[in-house]
Order: sequence, then structure tokens, then C-alpha cells
Amino acid sequence: MFDYSMADMGNIMVMQGFSGLSMFTVLLLMALGLAIIFGQMGVINMAHGEFMTIGAYTTVMLSKVAATYGFVNYYFLVAIVLAFILAFALGYFVEYIMIRHLYKRPLDTLLATWGLSLVMQQAFRSSFGAKEVSAELPEWMLGSFKPTPDIDIPINGVFVMVLALLVTAGVYIFMYRSRWGLRVRATVQNRVMAGAVGINTKKVDRITFALGCGIAGIAGAAFTTIASTGPTTGTLYIVDSFMVVVFGGAASLMGTIASAFGIAQAQSILQFFMTSSMGKVSTLLVIVGILMMKPEGLFASKLRK
Amino acid sequence: MNASLSKLVGGKQGAIGLALLAALIFVVLPLGVDIFRLNLVGKYLTYAFVAVSLVLLWGNGGILSLGQGIFFGLGGYGMAMFMKLEASDPISTKIQTTPGIPDFMDWNQITELPWFWHPFESLPLTILAILVIPALFAYLIGFAMFKRRVGGVYFAIITQAIALILSILIVGQQGYTGGVNGITDLKTMLGWDTRTDSAKYILYYVNGALLIGAILLSKYILNSKFGMLLLAMRDKEERVRFSGYDVSNFKIFIFCVAAMISAVGGAMFTLQVGFMSPSFVGIVPSIEMVIFCAVGGRMSLIGAVYGTLLVNYGKTVFSETYPELWLFLMGGLFIAVVMFFPNGLAGIYDKYAKRFKFLRKFSDTQPAEKVKATPVSDIKEMGVKA
Repeated sequence: MFDYSMADMGNIMVMQGFSGLSMFTVLLLMALGLAIIFGQMGVINMAHGEFMTIGAYTTVMLSKVAATYGFVNYYFLVAIVLAFILAFALGYFVEYIMIRHLYKRPLDTLLATWGLSLVMQQAFRSSFGAKEVSAELPEWMLGSFKPTPDIDIPINGVFVMVLALLVTAGVYIFMYRSRWGLRVRATVQNRVMAGAVGINTKKVDRITFALGCGIAGIAGAAFTTIASTGPTTGTLYIVDSFMVVVFGGAASLMGTIASAFGIAQAQSILQFFMTSSMGKVSTLLVIVGILMMKPEGLFASKLRK
Repeated sequence: MNASLSKLVGGKQGAIGLALLAALIFVVLPLGVDIFRLNLVGKYLTYAFVAVSLVLLWGNGGILSLGQGIFFGLGGYGMAMFMKLEASDPISTKIQTTPGIPDFMDWNQITELPWFWHPFESLPLTILAILVIPALFAYLIGFAMFKRRVGGVYFAIITQAIALILSILIVGQQGYTGGVNGITDLKTMLGWDTRTDSAKYILYYVNGALLIGAILLSKYILNSKFGMLLLAMRDKEERVRFSGYDVSNFKIFIFCVAAMISAVGGAMFTLQVGFMSPSFVGIVPSIEMVIFCAVGGRMSLIGAVYGTLLVNYGKTVFSETYPELWLFLMGGLFIAVVMFFPNGLAGIYDKYAKRFKFLRKFSDTQPAEKVKATPVSDIKEMGVKA
């Protein structure tokens, strides 16, 4: 670890840091959706990764269509929207037939959504095949730009990061600056009172859950730019994203962003110096260790319960 | 039947249930299926240890651990390390660069047995390790979490993360653990060949007896005052705490007991199947074992065994004939059990079978256990109580 010169170290830090940023964006988008569902509603959605996979497959399929009809340069923007809509619609449906019956039993929601994730994985495998597929990236997303000769920054990474920041800003505006967000927060704070003042709490639940799933769909679209998609892609991220949410403090948007950043960077930089599995193990160990000391997460709102 | 014995098996009904299970394990199955299938049943019954431990922990304690695979794995690896060391004596490994160490270590350029392998050269130390290490590990996790009043979904997520860490660690540290293939080629225990048919029969019976023992131990715990407290903690933790009980210590204790029971299952798994691999440690097996327990009935120790047998039987049949369908079925089972049969098979039995008069005669005065799955009026209560 110490055989590098200072300049090398700097370059490694920047490049690994940047590859960490791509992971950060996927984790952030995943965790945002989870934070909404878990932080606001207390529901554990183990199928969240599969909603991400839906977004990823949507993008891949659309890229195939785009390749045949020749609009490769623009399809990605359409794909993001479509991924969101599909995941949102499925989330809405799942909430209606399954989740709403289980609000009083959070541990059971966890098991039921795990079952859902198995079903969805097999559905992906049956319809798209077990092989991993990847989207054809539009030309403007390929290549990289070089601020110095030793540093390569891929453009697709920059793009998904901008996307993630936009989505985060959107979620912030939705949750804290819109009527809908107000209703969501009111329902979380006191369901009965919220109902009494005329908020349709059931509808709020449904929209909140669907929104979380929709954001996972966007995460999937972003994911296609950095890796290829397979039926079990979602499961790779589910534990990490839960860690992000819990580590950041479940109900805090800032906490989610900060912990997604920290976890992604730590993994990316450690993986350069150790084997990739040890990098992951040490990151997770540190998180679990910190969570044992400070179970409410890093950015939990201070309140007595 | 004297009072303490009756307490142990849970009254007349409990005794009949236990006798039926014992008859199935010890008589019906060995007579009904050939040794290959019986060995398979034996393998399933090792999972039943975990399902039983989850009945204690989850059904009665309200603590959902998604990391029971950790303890199953620790037990299994303990036994596997002992058997591997026995299989890699200097004579049979003389073609290696360093004879006398397990083959996978040699492949990974390790020339000396790592320190933590040394205790596994002796069988008594191994058995001690199989029981003590998982319990210690559970104590550490439990102490850190329950003392800080972490419970519910947080506990589930963190145990799941620990299961993930352990499985990545085992896969990553090939030289010390055998990596993704696990520890294979296990042949003998103290010179006794475990692969022969007669050995398989003996191991099957030992396994069955240990399982019945684990059920009796669990019944004893549940029928004691401690079991009562466990239920009370599940339903109204605060009230138990305000009554002056140290809730966290009880939770830690039951978590350790559950870990030990799971570890015994793991060790028996290694003995019967002849290998141990990280695929029995990680997230997926841990959560599958929860579903075995849920299908059987999270409140019923005996139901958990039937649930394990049934789900695994289904898995074997379907993955042999329709591998495509199996994940759909398994997923559907998760959803259906949770949504429609929260008490699993035992709940269905209680609901329907007791309508028949002749069966009602057997049932004790106690009414059918009514299960509420961690009834928490306020979801927020579930989380961290800072």
C-alpha cells in the first residue's frame, strides 16, 4: 500500500474516488427510494433491488428498440422516464394487493417482499434469459475527459451523477416543499390525526410506496451505464442500500446522501488496496460496528421516544 | 405422567405430537425410503434445528434473526475443519508441497496450518468449539444490540449484514477457509468412515435424537417462567421492562440458545453430507430457514420440523422436474404464508383438525395458541429506542 509515490496516490485517489462516485449514484438512488419507504412508512422492501432491475431491463430493451429505429442518441432520457413509470406502476399495484395488509407487521412485510423478489427474479430469468445484457450507450456518453494526462473521468459517470443529484433535489422538493410531501410527513407523524384533518392516508401510503419503487427504477436506468444487467442484479445492492439507509439515520435525507457517499467511497478506495472482497468486508464491518455503537444512525433527528 | 415430565413435553397433546414426530423420524422414514433418500431427509432435518431455534427466537421472542445461517455455518465449519484435518494426514497428502495441511491451503501457497485451525485437531475441543463459538458470537451481537434496545427490523437488517459479511469473508479468504467451494472431501471421523451406508444410518439416528433433544430443551424453556416472559416481551416489551425485568438479558440468552441449536444442526449437516460451503452461511439460506419455520408455524416447535421437511421435499421434487417453477413457488409460498397463514401448518391444524370431536379429546384445556405477529400498534416503536 505504500509503494506509490505521492502523485500516484493522488491519481489513484481521484480515479478510484470517481469510480466510487458511480457506485455512489446507484446506491444513492436505491437508498433514496428505500429511505422514503422505510424511513417514512417503516416498511422493509426486500424487493427493492428487483424494482431497480425493472428499470435496468427497461433501459436495455429501449436501447435495442432505439438501435433498430435509429434514435440511439436520445433514447436514454426516454428510458429514465419510462423506467420510473413502470416501476412506479408496479409499486402501486404491489402496495394495493400486498403491502397494505401488512403495515402492522413490519417483520412479515420483510418476508413477503423477499418472496416477491424471488418471484420477480424468476420472472426476469424466464422473460429475458439468465445471461447478463447491457444497454448500448449513446455516443455522447462514451469516452472520457482528461483534466490531466494521468486522470480519466468517464462521461457516463458524470452523467449519472448529475441525474442522481437532480433526482435527489426532486425528492427533496417533493417531500419538503409540496402539498404531497406535507401529507406524507403528516401521515408519518400521526396517522389518525392526519386522517381526521381529511388526508386520505391510504392513498398517501400507496403513492409513497410507488414513488420509492419508481426511484429504484431510475436507479436501474443509471445502473445500465456502469454495468450489465442480469436477473439477480438487484440482490447485489439490496444489503448495501439497507446499510446506507440505516447508517444515515432512516428518516434523514442528508444522512442518506452522506452515508451513500461514505460507503461507496470507502468500498471503492479500499478495493483498490485490498482484494475486492476484503474491501467490502471491512467497509461493512465498520458500518455494523458503528451501528452497534450508535444504532440510530449518523444523522438521526434528536428526539426522545 | 408426573408434573415435571408433563411440563417438559407440554401435556398430553404435546406428548402425542412429539411421539408422532419421533415415530415418523425413527420408524416410518427409515422403513419407507432407501438410504440415499434417507440421507437427504437427514440433511433436511439438520435445517430443522435452525427452524426450531427460530420458533424460540422469532415466534416466541419476536426477534427475527436473518442471520441464523451464521451459526449453522459456524457449527458446520467447526466439524468440517476437524474432519478435513483428519483427512489431510501427512501420508495421504504427501504429493503436496507442504504435506499435512488441507489441500486448499496448499493450492493457496500456505505452508503452515493457521493458528485457529489447531484446536480442531482434537474432537473434544471441536465439539466444545461447535457449541461455544456460536454462542459467544451470538452473545457479542446480542449484547451490542439488545443492550442498546435495537430490535425489530433493525436487528433483522444487521444480522443479515453480518451473514453477508461472513459469507464474503469465507469466500474471499480461500487459503484459510476453502473459499467458495467450501471444505470438501470429508471422509472420516476418528477413523470411522462416514460415507458408508451403515454410518449414514447411524448418523441419521443420532441426528434425529439430537433434534428431538433440541425440541425437548426448547419446550422446557418455553414452558418455564422464562418462556412466559419471552412471550410477554414479544407482545409488550415496555411493560415487562417496567415490571423490573432486564429485557435485554433475556433476549441475549435466547439468542445464544438459538445460536447453539443452529450450530448443532450445522455440525450434523457436515457429518451427513460430507462438506460445508459458504452457500449455507449467507443471506439466502438464512432467510430460507425463516420460511421453513414460517410454513410449519412460527409458534410450533414440532410444526417447524414438518415445515422444513415439506418445503425441502417440495424443493427437491420441483427443482428436479420443473426448475423454472421452483422460485415462483417458493416466492409464492413466502407471500401466501405471511399473508394468509401467519401461523403456518400448525395454525391450520389448530383451526380445522380440532373441529373433529375425537381429536378435541386429546387437546388439553389450553386453547389453541393465538398468534399475533409482533403486534405493534405503532410502527415507530419497532425501531430504535434511543
